[in-house]
Amino acid sequence: MQGMKNFFASKWGIISVGAVIGILAPLLQKWGNPGNMGVCVACFERDIAGALGLHRAAVVQYMRPEIIGFVLGSLVAAYLFGEFRSRAGSAPIVRFILGVFAMIGALVFLGCPWRAMLRLSAGDWNALFGIAGLIVGIWIGTIFFRLGYNLGRSQKTYSSVGWLLPLVMVGFLVLMFIFPQVQGEPKSGVLFYSIKGPGAMHAPVLISLLVGLGIGFLAQRSRFCTMGAFRDLILFKQTHLFFGICALLLAAFITNFILGQFHPGFAHQPVAHTMELWNFLGMVLAGLAFALAGGCPGRQLFLAGEGDGDAAVFVLGMIVGAAFAHNFGLASSPKGIGPHGAAAVVIGLLVCLFIGFTMRKKSA
Amino acid sequence: MNVVDARGLSCPQPVLMTLEEIKKTNQGEIKIVVDTETSKENVCRAAQSQGWQIKDIQEQGEDFYITIVKG
Repeated sequence: MQGMKNFFASKWGIISVGAVIGILAPLLQKWGNPGNMGVCVACFERDIAGALGLHRAAVVQYMRPEIIGFVLGSLVAAYLFGEFRSRAGSAPIVRFILGVFAMIGALVFLGCPWRAMLRLSAGDWNALFGIAGLIVGIWIGTIFFRLGYNLGRSQKTYSSVGWLLPLVMVGFLVLMFIFPQVQGEPKSGVLFYSIKGPGAMHAPVLISLLVGLGIGFLAQRSRFCTMGAFRDLILFKQTHLFFGICALLLAAFITNFILGQFHPGFAHQPVAHTMELWNFLGMVLAGLAFALAGGCPGRQLFLAGEGDGDAAVFVLGMIVGAAFAHNFGLASSPKGIGPHGAAAVVIGLLVCLFIGFTMRKKSA
Repeated sequence: MNVVDARGLSCPQPVLMTLEEIKKTNQGEIKIVVDTETSKENVCRAAQSQGWQIKDIQEQGEDFYITIVKG
Protein backbone atom coordinates (compact mmCIF):
# COMPACT_ATOMS: atom_id res chain seq x y z
CA MET A 1 0.00 0.00 0.00
CA GLN A 2 2.95 2.30 0.61
CA GLY A 3 3.81 2.24 -3.10
CA MET A 4 0.25 3.11 -3.99
CA LYS A 5 0.34 5.92 -1.44
CA ASN A 6 3.38 7.44 -3.08
CA PHE A 7 2.02 6.94 -6.57
CA PHE A 8 -1.09 9.05 -6.02
CA ALA A 9 0.96 11.91 -4.57
CA SER A 10 3.11 11.90 -7.72
CA LYS A 11 2.62 13.80 -10.95
CA TRP A 12 1.43 10.69 -12.78
CA GLY A 13 -0.86 9.87 -9.89
CA ILE A 14 -2.81 13.12 -10.14
CA ILE A 15 -2.79 12.92 -13.95
CA SER A 16 -4.26 9.42 -13.92
CA VAL A 17 -6.98 10.43 -11.44
CA GLY A 18 -7.90 13.46 -13.59
CA ALA A 19 -8.03 11.20 -16.65
CA VAL A 20 -10.23 8.61 -14.90
CA ILE A 21 -12.71 11.33 -13.88
CA GLY A 22 -12.55 12.72 -17.42
CA ILE A 23 -13.52 9.33 -18.85
CA LEU A 24 -16.16 8.38 -16.25
CA ALA A 25 -18.09 11.68 -16.30
CA PRO A 26 -19.02 11.60 -20.02
CA LEU A 27 -19.83 7.89 -19.59
CA LEU A 28 -22.26 8.75 -16.77
CA GLN A 29 -23.91 11.16 -19.21
CA LYS A 30 -24.11 8.35 -21.75
CA TRP A 31 -25.69 6.14 -19.07
CA GLY A 32 -28.37 8.71 -18.29
CA ASN A 33 -27.05 11.79 -16.47
CA PRO A 34 -27.98 15.24 -17.92
CA GLY A 35 -26.10 16.89 -20.78
CA ASN A 36 -22.50 17.88 -19.97
CA MET A 37 -23.37 16.98 -16.39
CA GLY A 38 -21.89 13.52 -16.00
CA VAL A 39 -20.63 14.88 -12.71
CA CYS A 40 -21.41 18.29 -11.24
CA VAL A 41 -20.97 18.68 -7.51
CA ALA A 42 -22.96 21.92 -7.31
CA CYS A 43 -25.82 20.71 -9.53
CA PHE A 44 -26.00 17.35 -7.76
CA GLU A 45 -26.07 18.89 -4.28
CA ARG A 46 -28.81 21.18 -5.60
CA ASP A 47 -30.71 18.10 -6.80
CA ILE A 48 -30.29 16.56 -3.32
CA ALA A 49 -31.72 19.76 -1.78
CA GLY A 50 -34.67 19.28 -4.17
CA ALA A 51 -35.10 15.59 -3.31
CA LEU A 52 -35.34 16.61 0.35
CA GLY A 53 -37.90 19.30 -0.46
CA LEU A 54 -35.66 22.14 0.74
CA HIS A 55 -36.58 23.82 -2.54
CA ARG A 56 -39.49 22.90 -4.77
CA ALA A 57 -38.09 23.47 -8.26
CA ALA A 58 -39.79 20.47 -9.85
CA VAL A 59 -37.16 19.84 -12.54
CA VAL A 60 -34.14 19.45 -10.22
CA GLN A 61 -35.08 16.92 -7.55
CA TYR A 62 -33.06 13.73 -7.24
CA MET A 63 -30.97 12.13 -4.50
CA ARG A 64 -27.74 11.91 -6.51
CA PRO A 65 -25.84 8.77 -5.47
CA GLU A 66 -22.60 10.18 -6.91
CA ILE A 67 -22.37 12.73 -4.07
CA ILE A 68 -23.03 10.04 -1.47
CA GLY A 69 -20.35 7.91 -3.13
CA PHE A 70 -17.81 10.74 -3.12
CA VAL A 71 -18.03 11.11 0.65
CA LEU A 72 -18.15 7.39 1.43
CA GLY A 73 -15.39 6.50 -1.07
CA SER A 74 -13.16 9.07 0.55
CA LEU A 75 -14.04 7.69 4.00
CA VAL A 76 -13.04 4.17 2.93
CA ALA A 77 -9.74 5.38 1.43
CA ALA A 78 -8.96 7.48 4.50
CA TYR A 79 -9.48 4.49 6.82
CA LEU A 80 -7.59 2.04 4.59
CA PHE A 81 -4.55 4.30 4.53
CA GLY A 82 -4.74 5.47 8.13
CA GLU A 83 -5.59 9.05 7.20
CA PHE A 84 -8.97 9.51 8.89
CA ARG A 85 -8.47 12.50 11.19
CA SER A 86 -11.50 13.89 12.93
CA ARG A 87 -11.09 17.64 13.21
CA ALA A 88 -13.33 20.70 13.45
CA GLY A 89 -13.62 24.21 14.82
CA SER A 90 -11.97 26.42 12.20
CA ALA A 91 -14.57 29.20 11.75
CA PRO A 92 -17.51 26.90 10.91
CA ILE A 93 -20.06 29.72 10.47
CA VAL A 94 -17.76 31.40 7.94
CA ARG A 95 -17.41 28.14 6.03
CA PHE A 96 -21.20 27.74 6.03
CA ILE A 97 -21.74 31.22 4.58
CA LEU A 98 -18.98 30.65 2.01
CA GLY A 99 -20.72 27.40 1.03
CA VAL A 100 -24.03 29.21 0.59
CA PHE A 101 -22.56 31.86 -1.72
CA ALA A 102 -20.30 29.40 -3.56
CA MET A 103 -23.46 27.51 -4.49
CA ILE A 104 -25.33 30.65 -5.51
CA GLY A 105 -22.42 31.71 -7.75
CA ALA A 106 -22.17 28.24 -9.27
CA LEU A 107 -25.92 28.17 -9.97
CA VAL A 108 -25.79 31.55 -11.71
CA PHE A 109 -23.19 30.01 -14.06
CA LEU A 110 -24.88 26.57 -13.92
CA GLY A 111 -22.06 24.36 -12.81
CA CYS A 112 -19.21 23.76 -10.42
CA PRO A 113 -15.59 23.87 -11.66
CA TRP A 114 -15.82 20.17 -12.61
CA ARG A 115 -18.85 20.83 -14.79
CA ALA A 116 -17.19 23.95 -16.24
CA MET A 117 -14.40 21.64 -17.49
CA LEU A 118 -16.90 19.05 -18.72
CA ARG A 119 -18.95 21.71 -20.53
CA LEU A 120 -15.80 22.99 -22.24
CA SER A 121 -14.71 19.46 -23.16
CA ALA A 122 -18.07 18.94 -24.89
CA GLY A 123 -17.78 22.14 -26.93
CA ASP A 124 -19.93 24.47 -24.78
CA TRP A 125 -17.91 27.64 -25.30
CA ASN A 126 -20.00 29.53 -22.68
CA ALA A 127 -17.89 27.62 -20.18
CA LEU A 128 -14.88 29.72 -21.22
CA PHE A 129 -16.47 32.73 -19.48
CA GLY A 130 -17.17 30.62 -16.41
CA ILE A 131 -13.61 29.29 -16.24
CA ALA A 132 -12.22 32.80 -16.75
CA GLY A 133 -14.42 33.93 -13.85
CA LEU A 134 -13.28 31.00 -11.73
CA ILE A 135 -9.64 31.94 -12.29
CA VAL A 136 -10.28 35.61 -11.48
CA GLY A 137 -12.18 34.64 -8.30
CA ILE A 138 -9.34 32.39 -7.17
CA TRP A 139 -6.82 35.10 -8.05
CA ILE A 140 -8.67 37.54 -5.77
CA GLY A 141 -8.53 34.82 -3.09
CA THR A 142 -4.74 34.57 -3.46
CA ILE A 143 -4.46 38.32 -2.82
CA PHE A 144 -6.21 37.78 0.51
CA PHE A 145 -3.82 34.90 1.31
CA ARG A 146 -0.90 37.23 0.66
CA LEU A 147 -2.51 39.81 2.96
CA GLY A 148 -2.65 37.24 5.78
CA TYR A 149 -6.19 35.86 5.42
CA ASN A 150 -6.56 32.79 7.61
CA LEU A 151 -9.62 31.02 9.05
CA GLY A 152 -7.67 29.78 12.06
CA ARG A 153 -6.78 26.35 13.35
CA SER A 154 -9.07 23.36 13.63
CA GLN A 155 -8.91 21.11 16.67
CA LYS A 156 -8.62 17.36 16.86
CA THR A 157 -11.86 15.95 18.17
CA TYR A 158 -13.93 12.80 18.73
CA SER A 159 -14.01 10.39 15.78
CA SER A 160 -17.78 10.63 15.81
CA VAL A 161 -17.59 14.31 14.76
CA GLY A 162 -15.86 13.30 11.54
CA TRP A 163 -18.38 10.53 11.04
CA LEU A 164 -21.44 12.80 11.06
CA LEU A 165 -21.50 13.89 7.40
CA PRO A 166 -20.68 10.37 6.12
CA LEU A 167 -23.54 9.13 8.33
CA VAL A 168 -25.87 11.77 6.88
CA MET A 169 -24.92 10.44 3.44
CA VAL A 170 -25.63 6.87 4.55
CA GLY A 171 -28.99 8.15 5.79
CA PHE A 172 -29.72 9.70 2.37
CA LEU A 173 -28.83 6.40 0.70
CA VAL A 174 -31.10 4.43 3.03
CA LEU A 175 -33.95 6.88 2.32
CA MET A 176 -33.40 6.32 -1.39
CA PHE A 177 -33.66 2.55 -0.99
CA ILE A 178 -36.76 2.81 1.24
CA PHE A 179 -38.44 5.33 -1.08
CA PRO A 180 -37.21 4.51 -4.60
CA GLN A 181 -38.35 6.44 -7.64
CA VAL A 182 -41.81 5.50 -8.91
CA GLN A 183 -42.13 6.04 -12.66
CA GLY A 184 -44.21 9.15 -13.40
CA GLU A 185 -44.66 10.09 -9.72
CA PRO A 186 -43.23 13.35 -8.29
CA LYS A 187 -42.92 11.90 -4.80
CA SER A 188 -42.04 8.59 -3.20
CA GLY A 189 -42.51 8.58 0.57
CA VAL A 190 -40.64 11.61 1.89
CA LEU A 191 -38.44 12.07 -1.18
CA PHE A 192 -39.18 14.28 -4.17
CA TYR A 193 -38.34 13.14 -7.71
CA SER A 194 -38.39 15.05 -10.99
CA ILE A 195 -40.66 13.78 -13.73
CA LYS A 196 -38.99 15.95 -16.36
CA GLY A 197 -35.92 18.14 -16.71
CA PRO A 198 -32.35 17.47 -15.57
CA GLY A 199 -33.53 15.94 -12.29
CA ALA A 200 -35.31 13.21 -14.22
CA MET A 201 -32.13 12.28 -16.08
CA HIS A 202 -29.85 9.93 -14.27
CA ALA A 203 -27.72 6.85 -14.70
CA PRO A 204 -28.89 3.66 -12.91
CA VAL A 205 -28.59 4.11 -9.14
CA LEU A 206 -25.97 1.41 -8.56
CA ILE A 207 -23.75 2.61 -11.41
CA SER A 208 -23.90 6.19 -10.09
CA LEU A 209 -23.07 4.98 -6.60
CA LEU A 210 -20.17 2.78 -7.73
CA VAL A 211 -18.65 5.51 -9.89
CA GLY A 212 -19.06 7.95 -7.01
CA LEU A 213 -17.34 5.56 -4.60
CA GLY A 214 -14.49 5.01 -7.05
CA ILE A 215 -13.94 8.71 -7.70
CA GLY A 216 -14.21 9.47 -3.96
CA PHE A 217 -11.55 6.86 -3.23
CA LEU A 218 -9.15 8.09 -5.92
CA ALA A 219 -9.68 11.77 -5.18
CA GLN A 220 -8.97 11.25 -1.47
CA ARG A 221 -5.70 9.54 -2.34
CA SER A 222 -4.59 12.14 -4.89
CA ARG A 223 -6.03 15.30 -3.19
CA PHE A 224 -7.63 16.22 -6.52
CA CYS A 225 -8.88 19.83 -6.33
CA THR A 226 -9.92 22.07 -9.21
CA MET A 227 -9.66 25.27 -7.15
CA GLY A 228 -6.28 24.25 -5.73
CA ALA A 229 -5.06 23.66 -9.28
CA PHE A 230 -5.40 27.34 -10.17
CA ARG A 231 -4.59 28.63 -6.68
CA ASP A 232 -1.26 26.80 -6.47
CA LEU A 233 -0.39 27.90 -9.99
CA ILE A 234 -1.07 31.57 -9.17
CA LEU A 235 0.27 31.57 -5.61
CA PHE A 236 3.28 29.22 -5.82
CA LYS A 237 3.74 28.62 -9.57
CA GLN A 238 3.19 24.94 -8.72
CA THR A 239 1.73 22.80 -11.49
CA HIS A 240 1.01 19.58 -9.56
CA LEU A 241 -2.80 19.86 -9.19
CA PHE A 242 -3.06 21.76 -12.47
CA PHE A 243 -1.87 18.64 -14.34
CA GLY A 244 -4.87 16.86 -12.81
CA ILE A 245 -7.47 19.18 -14.31
CA CYS A 246 -5.62 19.29 -17.65
CA ALA A 247 -5.84 15.48 -17.73
CA LEU A 248 -9.56 15.68 -16.86
CA LEU A 249 -10.21 18.17 -19.65
CA LEU A 250 -8.27 16.20 -22.27
CA ALA A 251 -9.71 12.80 -21.29
CA ALA A 252 -13.24 14.23 -21.21
CA PHE A 253 -12.77 15.82 -24.64
CA ILE A 254 -11.58 12.54 -26.17
CA THR A 255 -14.35 10.53 -24.47
CA ASN A 256 -17.05 13.03 -25.49
CA PHE A 257 -15.72 12.99 -29.05
CA ILE A 258 -15.79 9.19 -29.23
CA LEU A 259 -19.30 9.04 -27.68
CA GLY A 260 -20.64 11.67 -30.10
CA GLN A 261 -21.22 14.12 -27.24
CA PHE A 262 -19.01 16.89 -28.62
CA HIS A 263 -21.18 19.71 -30.03
CA PRO A 264 -19.21 22.96 -30.38
CA GLY A 265 -21.00 26.30 -30.12
CA PHE A 266 -22.56 28.87 -27.80
CA ALA A 267 -26.29 28.50 -28.39
CA HIS A 268 -28.56 25.61 -27.37
CA GLN A 269 -26.04 23.93 -25.08
CA PRO A 270 -27.60 21.61 -22.48
CA VAL A 271 -28.42 23.21 -19.10
CA ALA A 272 -26.54 26.39 -19.99
CA HIS A 273 -27.27 30.02 -20.85
CA THR A 274 -25.40 32.47 -23.04
CA MET A 275 -25.20 35.55 -20.78
CA GLU A 276 -21.43 36.00 -20.85
CA LEU A 277 -21.19 38.58 -18.07
CA TRP A 278 -23.14 36.46 -15.58
CA ASN A 279 -21.41 33.24 -16.56
CA PHE A 280 -18.23 35.11 -15.71
CA LEU A 281 -19.36 36.89 -12.53
CA GLY A 282 -21.18 33.86 -11.13
CA MET A 283 -17.93 31.94 -11.21
CA VAL A 284 -15.90 34.87 -9.87
CA LEU A 285 -18.11 34.59 -6.78
CA ALA A 286 -17.86 30.79 -6.65
CA GLY A 287 -14.08 30.80 -7.23
CA LEU A 288 -13.49 33.38 -4.51
CA ALA A 289 -15.68 31.47 -2.03
CA PHE A 290 -13.92 28.16 -2.84
CA ALA A 291 -10.50 29.82 -2.42
CA LEU A 292 -11.42 31.40 0.92
CA ALA A 293 -12.81 28.05 2.12
CA GLY A 294 -9.72 26.09 0.97
CA GLY A 295 -11.18 23.74 -1.62
CA CYS A 296 -13.46 23.21 -4.60
CA PRO A 297 -16.86 21.62 -3.85
CA GLY A 298 -15.56 18.17 -4.77
CA ARG A 299 -12.55 18.53 -2.50
CA GLN A 300 -14.81 19.66 0.35
CA LEU A 301 -16.76 16.38 0.01
CA PHE A 302 -13.54 14.34 0.05
CA LEU A 303 -12.23 16.27 3.07
CA ALA A 304 -15.54 15.71 4.85
CA GLY A 305 -15.12 11.99 4.12
CA GLU A 306 -11.70 11.93 5.82
CA GLY A 307 -13.03 13.55 8.99
CA ASP A 308 -12.89 17.30 8.35
CA GLY A 309 -15.95 18.66 10.15
CA ASP A 310 -15.37 22.17 8.79
CA ALA A 311 -15.50 20.92 5.20
CA ALA A 312 -18.73 19.15 6.18
CA VAL A 313 -20.18 22.50 7.28
CA PHE A 314 -19.23 23.97 3.89
CA VAL A 315 -21.08 21.10 2.17
CA LEU A 316 -24.20 21.76 4.27
CA GLY A 317 -23.84 25.45 3.39
CA MET A 318 -23.87 24.54 -0.29
CA ILE A 319 -27.03 22.44 0.09
CA VAL A 320 -28.79 25.23 1.98
CA GLY A 321 -27.45 27.74 -0.57
CA ALA A 322 -29.08 25.68 -3.33
CA ALA A 323 -32.41 25.90 -1.50
CA PHE A 324 -32.09 29.70 -1.28
CA ALA A 325 -31.01 29.86 -4.92
CA HIS A 326 -34.20 28.20 -6.14
CA ASN A 327 -36.62 29.57 -3.54
CA PHE A 328 -35.47 33.18 -4.13
CA GLY A 329 -35.13 33.01 -7.92
CA LEU A 330 -31.34 33.34 -7.89
CA ALA A 331 -30.47 30.27 -9.96
CA SER A 332 -30.18 30.53 -13.73
CA SER A 333 -32.01 28.45 -16.31
CA PRO A 334 -31.30 27.91 -20.01
CA LYS A 335 -33.31 31.13 -20.58
CA GLY A 336 -30.81 33.19 -18.56
CA ILE A 337 -30.21 34.33 -15.04
CA GLY A 338 -32.95 34.28 -12.42
CA PRO A 339 -34.87 37.46 -11.48
CA HIS A 340 -32.62 38.10 -8.48
CA GLY A 341 -29.45 36.31 -9.62
CA ALA A 342 -27.54 39.51 -10.36
CA ALA A 343 -28.31 41.02 -6.94
CA ALA A 344 -27.28 37.79 -5.22
CA VAL A 345 -23.93 37.74 -7.01
CA VAL A 346 -23.20 41.34 -5.98
CA ILE A 347 -24.21 40.63 -2.36
CA GLY A 348 -22.15 37.42 -2.38
CA LEU A 349 -19.07 39.23 -3.63
CA LEU A 350 -19.47 41.89 -0.93
CA VAL A 351 -19.79 39.19 1.75
CA CYS A 352 -16.66 37.40 0.47
CA LEU A 353 -14.71 40.68 0.42
CA PHE A 354 -15.87 41.39 3.97
CA ILE A 355 -14.66 37.95 5.07
CA GLY A 356 -11.38 38.29 3.18
CA PHE A 357 -10.55 41.74 4.50
CA THR A 358 -11.55 41.23 8.11
CA MET A 359 -10.18 37.74 8.82
CA ARG A 360 -6.51 38.48 8.58
CA LYS A 361 -3.67 37.82 10.96
CA LYS A 362 -0.68 40.09 10.82
CA SER A 363 2.33 37.83 10.14
CA ALA A 364 4.26 37.13 13.33
CA MET B 1 16.37 25.77 14.50
CA ASN B 2 13.32 27.65 13.24
CA VAL B 3 10.05 25.84 13.79
CA VAL B 4 6.86 26.37 11.80
CA ASP B 5 3.75 25.03 13.52
CA ALA B 6 1.09 24.58 10.84
CA ARG B 7 -1.08 22.08 12.70
CA GLY B 8 -4.80 22.49 12.24
CA LEU B 9 -4.45 24.91 9.34
CA SER B 10 -6.13 24.25 6.02
CA CYS B 11 -4.68 24.62 2.52
CA PRO B 12 -2.68 26.60 1.51
CA GLN B 13 -1.54 27.89 4.92
CA PRO B 14 1.09 25.21 5.72
CA VAL B 15 2.80 25.79 2.37
CA LEU B 16 2.55 29.59 2.67
CA MET B 17 4.12 29.49 6.13
CA THR B 18 6.89 27.15 4.97
CA LEU B 19 7.73 29.32 1.98
CA GLU B 20 7.75 32.44 4.16
CA GLU B 21 10.20 30.79 6.55
CA ILE B 22 12.35 29.60 3.65
CA LYS B 23 12.53 33.17 2.36
CA LYS B 24 13.62 34.43 5.78
CA THR B 25 16.07 31.63 6.55
CA ASN B 26 17.83 31.32 3.19
CA GLN B 27 19.83 28.31 4.33
CA GLY B 28 20.18 25.94 7.27
CA GLU B 29 17.47 23.81 8.84
CA ILE B 30 13.76 24.38 9.32
CA LYS B 31 11.33 22.14 11.19
CA ILE B 32 7.69 22.17 10.09
CA VAL B 33 4.93 20.52 12.14
CA VAL B 34 1.73 19.48 10.34
CA ASP B 35 -1.08 17.10 11.21
CA THR B 36 -2.38 15.73 7.92
CA GLU B 37 -0.82 13.56 5.25
CA THR B 38 -1.91 16.13 2.63
CA SER B 39 -0.08 18.98 4.38
CA LYS B 40 3.00 16.75 4.71
CA GLU B 41 3.03 16.05 0.98
CA ASN B 42 2.37 19.70 0.07
CA VAL B 43 5.08 21.05 2.38
CA CYS B 44 7.65 18.52 1.09
CA ARG B 45 6.77 19.31 -2.53
CA ALA B 46 7.03 23.07 -1.91
CA ALA B 47 10.36 22.80 -0.06
CA GLN B 48 11.87 20.66 -2.79
CA SER B 49 10.71 23.10 -5.45
CA GLN B 50 12.76 25.78 -3.63
CA GLY B 51 15.90 23.62 -3.70
CA TRP B 52 15.60 22.40 -0.09
CA GLN B 53 16.01 18.77 0.86
CA ILE B 54 13.86 16.65 3.15
CA LYS B 55 16.24 15.59 5.90
CA ASP B 56 13.82 13.75 8.11
CA ILE B 57 10.13 13.12 8.73
CA GLN B 58 9.09 11.90 12.17
CA GLU B 59 5.58 10.80 13.04
CA GLN B 60 4.57 11.52 16.62
CA GLY B 61 0.99 10.63 17.43
CA GLU B 62 -1.03 12.28 14.70
CA ASP B 63 1.61 14.93 13.94
CA PHE B 64 4.41 14.96 11.40
CA TYR B 65 7.70 16.73 12.16
CA ILE B 66 9.38 17.53 8.87
CA THR B 67 12.98 18.73 8.90
CA ILE B 68 14.14 20.43 5.71
CA VAL B 69 17.68 21.53 5.01
CA LYS B 70 19.65 23.64 2.54
CA GLY B 71 23.34 24.50 2.24
